[in-house]
Amino acid sequence: MRKKFSYIFILFLVTVFFSQKACSEETKKLLKVDWSFKGYFGKFDRASLQRGYQVYTEVCASCHSMKYLSYRNLAEEGGPEFSEEQAKAIAANFEVTDGPNDDGEMFTRPGKLSDKFVNPYLNDKEAIAANGGAYPPDMSVLVKARSGGADYVYSVLLGYEDPPAGVKLDDGVYYNAYMYGNNIKMPNPLSDGLVEYNDGTEATEEQMAKDVVTFLAWSAEPHLEERHKIGFKVIIYLIILTFLAYFSMKRLWSRIEPKV
Amino acid sequence: MSDHNYVPSSKLGKWFNDRLPLLTLSAHLKEYPTPKNLNYWWTFGGILTFCLITQIITGIVLGMHYVAHADLAFDSVEHIMRDVNYGWLIRYVHANGASMFFLAVYIHIFRSLYYGSYKSPREVIWIIGMIIYLLMMMTAFMGYVLPWGQMSFWGATVITNLFSAIPLFGESITNWLWGGYAVDNPTLTRFFSLHYLLPFLILGLVILHIWALHVPGNNNPIGIDLKKPSKDTVPFHPYIVIKDLFALLLFLIVFAFFVFYSPNILGHSDNYIEANPLVTPAHIVPEWYLLPFYAILRSVPDKLLGVVAMFASIFILVILPWLDTSKIRSAVFRPLYKQFYWILVIDVLILGYMGAMPAEGIYLLIARVATGYYFVHFLIILPILGNKEKTLPVPMSITEPILGGSAKPEMVKKNFN
Repeated sequence: MRKKFSYIFILFLVTVFFSQKACSEETKKLLKVDWSFKGYFGKFDRASLQRGYQVYTEVCASCHSMKYLSYRNLAEEGGPEFSEEQAKAIAANFEVTDGPNDDGEMFTRPGKLSDKFVNPYLNDKEAIAANGGAYPPDMSVLVKARSGGADYVYSVLLGYEDPPAGVKLDDGVYYNAYMYGNNIKMPNPLSDGLVEYNDGTEATEEQMAKDVVTFLAWSAEPHLEERHKIGFKVIIYLIILTFLAYFSMKRLWSRIEPKV
Repeated sequence: MSDHNYVPSSKLGKWFNDRLPLLTLSAHLKEYPTPKNLNYWWTFGGILTFCLITQIITGIVLGMHYVAHADLAFDSVEHIMRDVNYGWLIRYVHANGASMFFLAVYIHIFRSLYYGSYKSPREVIWIIGMIIYLLMMMTAFMGYVLPWGQMSFWGATVITNLFSAIPLFGESITNWLWGGYAVDNPTLTRFFSLHYLLPFLILGLVILHIWALHVPGNNNPIGIDLKKPSKDTVPFHPYIVIKDLFALLLFLIVFAFFVFYSPNILGHSDNYIEANPLVTPAHIVPEWYLLPFYAILRSVPDKLLGVVAMFASIFILVILPWLDTSKIRSAVFRPLYKQFYWILVIDVLILGYMGAMPAEGIYLLIARVATGYYFVHFLIILPILGNKEKTLPVPMSITEPILGGSAKPEMVKKNFN
C-alpha cells in the first residue's frame, strides 16, 4: 500500500514538473541579484536606497508617480534614512498645489514633509496621452505587483535588446527580453553615466538598475526591516514556548497508564 | 451534555449557577472524557478555533481602517500597510490567516474521511462542519474582493457570473448580486457587509459543532465506541488542552514564517494592481484553497453543468455519511478503503494544481479525468466498497491491543486470529 501510494505520488510530481516546464518556456529566465533585503535578516542597503531615490527623481519621476509615498517617509527608520533636514530640503524642491484658500482659489507652495510625492501628471488620462497610449504605472507597490518581484523589475530595466530577426515592432514600441510579450512602450530609461551619484559611485546601467529597484522594493514594503526583526523574535519565542509545552505535556501524560 | 452533578464550592457560585449553569458548563468542558489514543490529526479542531478567533479579531481592527468604496478601498489598504501602527502585521496575519485556516480545515476534513468520523452517530457534526466549510469559502471569497485589486475585481466577476448560468432567472440573479449591471461599488459594499457578518455565523455554528460533538464524544483512531469515562478516556483538561496547545504552537511557527518571511507568497501579485474594469489579467485564478473546485467548474464544457458539478462536488460531501455503507469507521481496519483514500487525496491535489493552470490541452484533459474520478469515488466506489470489502478484526477497546503486547493495530489481528 505504501508502495502504491509512492508510485502515485511520483506520477503526480512528474505531471507537475512537465507542466511547469511547458509553462516556463515563453519568457527568458530572470536575472538574479543577491538583494540585501532578502533572507531572514535582510535589510536595505541605506546608500543604495539613497542612490535609488536619486535615480527615481532624476529619471523615472518624469513619467511614473509614487502616490503612496510621502516625503516624510524618506527620513523614516528602515528607509533611505535621509536626515530630517535633507528630507525637508527634498520636499521643498517640489511645487505642491494646495487650497482652496480663503478666496476660494488654489495656489502652489513648496512641498512639506507631510505631502505625498508629487504626481508628474494631473490625472491618468493625461499620463496616457503623454506616453503614446501606454499608462506609466504608479511605482509605489510595483515590485509586489509583478510576479518575479525585484528580479523582474531589474531584468526589465536591463532587458532592452535589438529585436530578433523577423520580429517587426510598431512605432514607439521597444523590444524587451523579459517583458511579458516582449513589447514595451517605455524606451530604455537607463544609460551609463545618466545620473551623477553624490557619493561618487560609478553610475553604470547595472548599478542604477540595482539602486532604483532597491528603492522600489522599499517603497513597496516600507516596514520590511521591522517585519524581519519582529519575526525573528516571535519565532524564537514560539520555539521556546513549544519546548516548554512539549515537556509539560510529557510530564502530564506520564501519569496515564497504560501508554498508548 | 454529560449528566454529572456539579456543585460550586462558593455560595455566590452556587447562587449564580442555579440561575445560569455556566459553571456546570465549564466543569463539563474540563472533565469531558476524551479518548486517550487521539493522535495529532485530532488537534486541528482546536487550531481551527484559534484561526477563527484570530481572523475575527484582526478583521475587526482592519475594519476600523478599511474604506469600502471602489475609489478608496485600494488606497485604504495601502494606508493600513504604511501608516497604521502595525497595520502591516495585522493585515498580513489576516491574509495569511485565511490560508492557514483553510490548510487546517482541509487536514481536519481529510482526518475525518480517513477515520470515518462522519459516520453514525456523528452525521450532524459532519453536516454542520460542511455548512461551516461552505460559509468559510464564501467569507474568504468576499474577503479577497475587498482590497479591490485586479484579482479581487476579476475573481468577483468570474464567480458572480456563474449565477448567470441559472436558466430563466440567471441574469436577474447576477444583477441582484451586483447591485447593478457589473461588479462595482454596490458589489464591494455588500461584500464588505457580508464579510463582516458571516464569521459570526461561523462562530455560532462552531459552537453547535462542538455541542454536537459532546453528545456522542470524539471518534478515535481505531474508530470504536468507548465507555465513558473509562480506562480508555482522559479528562479534556489538562491532558488534551496541553496536547492541543503544543500542536497549536507548532502550527503557529509555520504561520509566523509565512507572516514574517513570505507574506505575499500565497497571494497573487496582480492583486497589488488596483482594479481596472478595462484591463483583464492574463490568467484569472482564485486563491489556492478554491482551486480544486475551480478545476471542476472549468472541466465541464457547459457553463450551467459546470456550475452544477462544482456545487455537487460540495453537496456530495454533505450526504457522505449515507454514501459510505461500511459499518467500520477507521481506515486502519479497511485495507481497500485506505488505498482509495490516498488516491482521492492525490486526485484532489491534482485538481488543485489543474485549477491554477490554463484550461486547455493536456491540463484540461487531466482535470476532466480527475473530476470524473472525484465523483466516482463518492458515488460508486464508497457505496460498493462498504458491502464488498473484507475488513480486519476490530479491537474491543483502546487498551486491549496494548494489553495484547503491542500498540500497533496491525498486530491486533494476529492476536485475534
